[in-house]
Amino acid sequence: MENDIKKDLKELISLPGVSGFEKPAADAIEALWYPLVDEISLSKVGSLHALKKGTAKTEEKPRILLAAHMDAIGLMVTKVIDGFIRFTQVGGIREHILSGQPVIVHGREDLPGVVVKPVDSLLPSELAKKVTPTEYLWIDVGLEPADVEKLVKPGDVISFAQEPLELTGDTLSGHSQDNRASVAALTVCLRELQKMEHAWDVWAVATTMEEINFAGAKTSPMAIRPDIAVAVDVTFANSVGTTDHETVPLGKGVAIGWGPNLHPKLYDRFIEIAERFEIPYSKEVMPDHSYTDAIPLQVSAEGIPTMLLSVPLRYMHNTVEIVSIKDIQRTGHLLAQFIAALEFDYLDKIVWDE
Amino acid sequence: MAEKRMKQDKNTLISSGQIELLEKLCNTSGVTGDEGAVRKIVKQEIESIVDEMRIDSIGNLLVQKKAKKKNALKVLVAAHMDEVGFMIVDDGDDGAYRFDVVGGIDARNIPGKAVWVGKDQVPAVIGTKPPHFSSDEESSQPFKVESLRIDAGLENSKKIKKGDRAVFATRFQRLGDSLLAKAFDDRIGVATLIELVKQAPDNIDLMAAFTVQEEIGLRGAKVAAYAMQPDIAIALDSTPANDMPMWDGSDNTTYNTRLGEGPAIYMADRMTLSDPRLVRHFVDTAEKNDIPYQIRQPGGGGTDAGLMHLQREGIPAMSISIPGRYAHTARMLVRMSDWEDTIRLLKQALSSISKAILKQER
Repeated sequence: MENDIKKDLKELISLPGVSGFEKPAADAIEALWYPLVDEISLSKVGSLHALKKGTAKTEEKPRILLAAHMDAIGLMVTKVIDGFIRFTQVGGIREHILSGQPVIVHGREDLPGVVVKPVDSLLPSELAKKVTPTEYLWIDVGLEPADVEKLVKPGDVISFAQEPLELTGDTLSGHSQDNRASVAALTVCLRELQKMEHAWDVWAVATTMEEINFAGAKTSPMAIRPDIAVAVDVTFANSVGTTDHETVPLGKGVAIGWGPNLHPKLYDRFIEIAERFEIPYSKEVMPDHSYTDAIPLQVSAEGIPTMLLSVPLRYMHNTVEIVSIKDIQRTGHLLAQFIAALEFDYLDKIVWDE
Repeated sequence: MAEKRMKQDKNTLISSGQIELLEKLCNTSGVTGDEGAVRKIVKQEIESIVDEMRIDSIGNLLVQKKAKKKNALKVLVAAHMDEVGFMIVDDGDDGAYRFDVVGGIDARNIPGKAVWVGKDQVPAVIGTKPPHFSSDEESSQPFKVESLRIDAGLENSKKIKKGDRAVFATRFQRLGDSLLAKAFDDRIGVATLIELVKQAPDNIDLMAAFTVQEEIGLRGAKVAAYAMQPDIAIALDSTPANDMPMWDGSDNTTYNTRLGEGPAIYMADRMTLSDPRLVRHFVDTAEKNDIPYQIRQPGGGGTDAGLMHLQREGIPAMSISIPGRYAHTARMLVRMSDWEDTIRLLKQALSSISKAILKQER
């Protein structure tokens, strides 16, 4: 089972799925979840909705929505000049990392290529020795200019192509770990639920366009109408140049969110479950927004009690993001135990009782 | 798609075996001072066909292939085996290692790349502090090397130790008629020199020097040229093709070389004024045989010729390079046709050269 999820995640982070163009990721996730759920379908904006029915004997069961966004940051073609490709960003990427990145330009054909920074002598003099802004970078696919003109048009999506790398301490590096690592955590949860009783209907949702405008997480709750929502995303793990108070440790457990986006009663319950099952965790404090699907979920329709679990991740929005496989398993395990422990009338316990 | 592209390659004289050898050479780690793995490949390729072979005190692999006639012109061709890269400079802290740069790598091309550390090519990555934790001022500045780490994961690797070298973890790839890899500078020169040794013209005493430590000052070539005492010397290298459009659409006047326009013949770089007789011979040979060539824009840069031509009483020398985009970054790009034309020109020019060239006026 342990190696399974690493293998699954490796496959998930080898696939494109740039925001708005999630289909390759959605297809793979559907294949992964299909045997684990009772119903599976795509929403009107491309999110994957998978229902695992609850075991309560009533016809109507309370519903929990688990949301992990499947879209990834990427690039998009703006212009082709003499066989070189200009591009813009989809989602927020720091230009510092772009030069030398392997990419795939999804033109009339999928074209492997590389992002390149021109030498300073080809740039405006004021940019000498500075970070080169995106609008001055190129992508080179190695083909003759006429072939590039034919195969590549403005608007074509470009995905990162850094291959996954297994690193020490059972960690895995690659692009799009934000947020395929959480999709993997949902997969762990669904697998565990196969052997468990759970009263509630479980809706596992792989959302779209989180990196842009949360389009998936804004719309899926309107279709599913859950009673509780749990967003699963990645969060900043410690690395060089960060301090302990602004990060969570990598490989030391799931991060349980605390802040105005999240319901304190749900927080209490998750802590209780983590303690009960001895699942390592850390408390992640978010003074304002969580910058995850939890933002729209909380204020969907008449409002949904919302929680956030995060998989610690090093080097956010890089192509060499690192996650710990154990942290993913812990996140999935905590979710499954939380769901199994949900009593039919749990909603009645979510009250403001100051 | 792959099939269609293969068909386009019908015109090329480059065999799949040659491409596989180049792939192996590029994927191998050989940072300056640690060229052993590359040397081993070269040695295996040619040891059965050369007349003499030795490894000198600094690590150059020096071979000779004798002419079929006596008193032939002694031609030294040098290609450097080393590549730019990194060295681990501490014992690591929970998997994060400080490192330094070996050779000329622009620090702006380092962050966000995967690397292979040591002879076993242990994977690691060079991440960056998330933008979230950087001030606006920091965000506009490049990362300094000392602020970065080679990150092997959650814990130190038993296979990584202080002093190990690291290279960009880039696997050789074909992109249509182009090739993408790390270290074409100068593994493509090494592959070309191997080819030249395999098909050595029999009118010259061919001396091939697979040199070390080019990237930190041509140190291998210096002692190789001294020891081998050739009549002429040719550095076979890779040179930047900065042939992309200018940011403002104006003429690109500092392209150095252009991809697809053939081997780059040097008139002058920062260290060498090529011997005009050699330049003339190579240019005439190219013209006569309809082989595309280009004169590299005179200016900066340097090759092994820089120290070879100054050995003993002086050695007439020049450089010829295969143009390549994005030198000293994680991914370089070269065009197959340039490689092929370089092999053709070298073979043609050397098979028609003799001691007479030294009697010409400079």
